Amino acid sequence: MASLNEFLFVSGLLFAIGLAGVIIRRNIIVIFMCLELMLAAASLTLVAFSRFHIHNGLPDYNGQVFVFFIITVAAAEVAVGLAIIVALYRARQTINVEDLTSMRG
Amino acid sequence: MASFAFYLFALLAVAGGGLLVTLRNPVSSALAMVLSFVGLAGLFIGLNAYFVGIVQILVYAGAIMVLFIFIIMLLDLNDEKPAKFKLSTVLAGIVIPLLLLVQILGVIQSGLHGEEAEFTKIDEETMKVSAKEFPKESAIYKSLTHEKSPKLPDTNLIGHTIFKSYNFPLQVMGALLLVATIGVVVLSKRSHKKAPTDS
Repeated sequence: MASLNEFLFVSGLLFAIGLAGVIIRRNIIVIFMCLELMLAAASLTLVAFSRFHIHNGLPDYNGQVFVFFIITVAAAEVAVGLAIIVALYRARQTINVEDLTSMRG
Repeated sequence: MASFAFYLFALLAVAGGGLLVTLRNPVSSALAMVLSFVGLAGLFIGLNAYFVGIVQILVYAGAIMVLFIFIIMLLDLNDEKPAKFKLSTVLAGIVIPLLLLVQILGVIQSGLHGEEAEFTKIDEETMKVSAKEFPKESAIYKSLTHEKSPKLPDTNLIGHTIFKSYNFPLQVMGALLLVATIGVVVLSKRSHKKAPTDS
């Protein structure tokens, strides 16, 4: 079976891919998807630590409860974020981040 | 065999992530995101976290992906002209995650001082021992000490942990969902006043 280090490496790789997407992509919806990927990569770390920290013969379920909370927060965040994107599109007719510069100093 | 499943699902997750970043059409990106999350759910189930794996598929592939696709179709972004990427952004987008990855690798190599955490199997013997913590008539005890097919009562144990140790955070989470719902309704209500125009 795979070791803890391999799980942590996969999680770090996914997080790095998500970060690359956030930096490179110009479409705000795709940036949002990459943020979701980063959240999911972090929850892989939590589940891996939970499984490898055997406590009294059972996995440490505190980590999995945190993942449950992360998924809840992610669902709420997606709903609010997409509503903001729709409002933004209604006001500006674009979702390209390079055209959204009204907050530039 | 278990190792093969790990590499398969890890490859699926990483390939989905790579496609999410590289594909130009937002709909393809959303489908690649689901591919990545299915791989992640496979990894969760390989880690005996059945409940979290199933919830991952239900929430991400079921709810969030549909929401994303719905918004993409609603805004009708398919005729997006191919964007030109600046060399500096692409360079920054490759170098910064690489630096992060090198750092994570360094921490993984050094943090455990060479000794690796062991993957201990959860089998019938260990489950019988750990069942002693729970009352004899509880569903967790019955599932752990079942004569024919003892199973890890993953969902029951998560529920046990939530209601024993995380009762207040759970209620805060409920309030958060309510606030998010109200916020979405307020945000998507079309105001009759003219929206402020750009610059």
